[in-house]
Amino acid sequence: MEIKRISTPLDEGTISGLAAGDKVLLSGRIYTARDTAHKRFVEALLGGGSLPIDIEGQVIYYCGPTPPAPGRVIGAAGPTTSSRMDPCTPTLLGLGLKGMIGKGKRSEAVKQALIRHRAVYFGATGGAGALLSKSVRAYQVVAYEDLGAEAVAELLVEEFPLFVINDIFGNDLYEMGLNRYSAG
Amino acid sequence: MREVQVRDVAEAVEKLFIDASINLPEAVLERLERAVGEEESPAGKEVLRELLTNARVAREDRIPVCQDTGLAVVFLEIGQDVHFTGGPLRDAVAEGVRKAYRNGYLRKSCCDPFSRKNTGDNTPPIIHMSLVEGEKVRIVAMPKGGGSENYSEVRMLTPSQGVEGIRAFVLDMVRKGGPNPCPPLTVGVGIGGNFETAALLSKEALMVPSGERSPDPPVADLERTILGEINGLGIGPGGYGGTVTALDVHVKVLPCHIASLPVAVNIQCHAHRIKGVTL
Repeated sequence: MEIKRISTPLDEGTISGLAAGDKVLLSGRIYTARDTAHKRFVEALLGGGSLPIDIEGQVIYYCGPTPPAPGRVIGAAGPTTSSRMDPCTPTLLGLGLKGMIGKGKRSEAVKQALIRHRAVYFGATGGAGALLSKSVRAYQVVAYEDLGAEAVAELLVEEFPLFVINDIFGNDLYEMGLNRYSAG
Repeated sequence: MREVQVRDVAEAVEKLFIDASINLPEAVLERLERAVGEEESPAGKEVLRELLTNARVAREDRIPVCQDTGLAVVFLEIGQDVHFTGGPLRDAVAEGVRKAYRNGYLRKSCCDPFSRKNTGDNTPPIIHMSLVEGEKVRIVAMPKGGGSENYSEVRMLTPSQGVEGIRAFVLDMVRKGGPNPCPPLTVGVGIGGNFETAALLSKEALMVPSGERSPDPPVADLERTILGEINGLGIGPGGYGGTVTALDVHVKVLPCHIASLPVAVNIQCHAHRIKGVTL
């Protein structure tokens, strides 16, 4: 299986070179945010405020890790189900977010927004939290510390293993997989 | 009559949750290894290999296999000749859970359903108690993740829907979940009883070791049939397409009302974490 090595922030050249089904190793800084952080993002924007992080060109990882044992950077750090963040996602893509990492299907509205704003949705293997934690070099909470595991954190990752699920061309790895392997 | 100190129960519960969160059962690991050979899709094989590496890393580094270390589900089978001493049994189980999630660096995922405020220590646990013969206490710990539990359901079928209806319901749930509940899945199916016992049966079905068939031949046949049908859906490991969507299907059955056919489907992710001990 061919592997593409990419790094953040994601530029147009990188994004246009990615297609659903590609295996990718991602390096650089990414941000964790999940259910409650997304709710607060939208509340901040609706209130006329700004986001606590600059998401231009950045990648958000839907992840709430386990607490690190002493001497470790992070605990298990796998993805959570992305669809719960769907209602907030087109807004964030409109603000320049270029990538998301999670697991599971996205809504039609998100897929259309990926095409329109030229951004990519990556899948990390759900339930592989121990393995994925090995690629995390640094973890620092940068917003909503009160949310504990759900706080927004900046992660420095090295060769984080991903698959491209939804690309800017409208392809969807989940649909491609079903079409290829469904018996009926 | 045998006396059992509740602090021994608390200690056992703590150990079980830490062990379950870090070490996948041998039967699950063996099943995943076999699945690598069975899987036809290259991406699916890659995911299965990642899961096996993940299990090894978790074991060696003592990190939870998944960051969703779940709500704490505890099954207690209590011999009727046991007398618990030293305090309330439920409090002791909760104390064991509290210590496990703190001392094992497990994620606390329990919150108020309205305010969403975290309870802070992953309590209260979900405790299922049953009385059995004898003077032993069997404790089973199942940290159950939210992503797979979200694709579980109880449906009150009509008797005329029969086995066809049951199969269609299970397939419908697996199809609906697709990649979200982290396939390859283990599927627990509870048939019969009433509304609440069907749900509990489906969870108990998940306690059957991977690869073990129902002792009742027609039920064992149903397990095989449903497993084959699920693996024909094409969802595959990680949902990237493939031929191993479920590792196993376990069915448990109870008699039901002449007017009803209650069926529950409890979906479990590939990280099928469960550990037990007998005191």
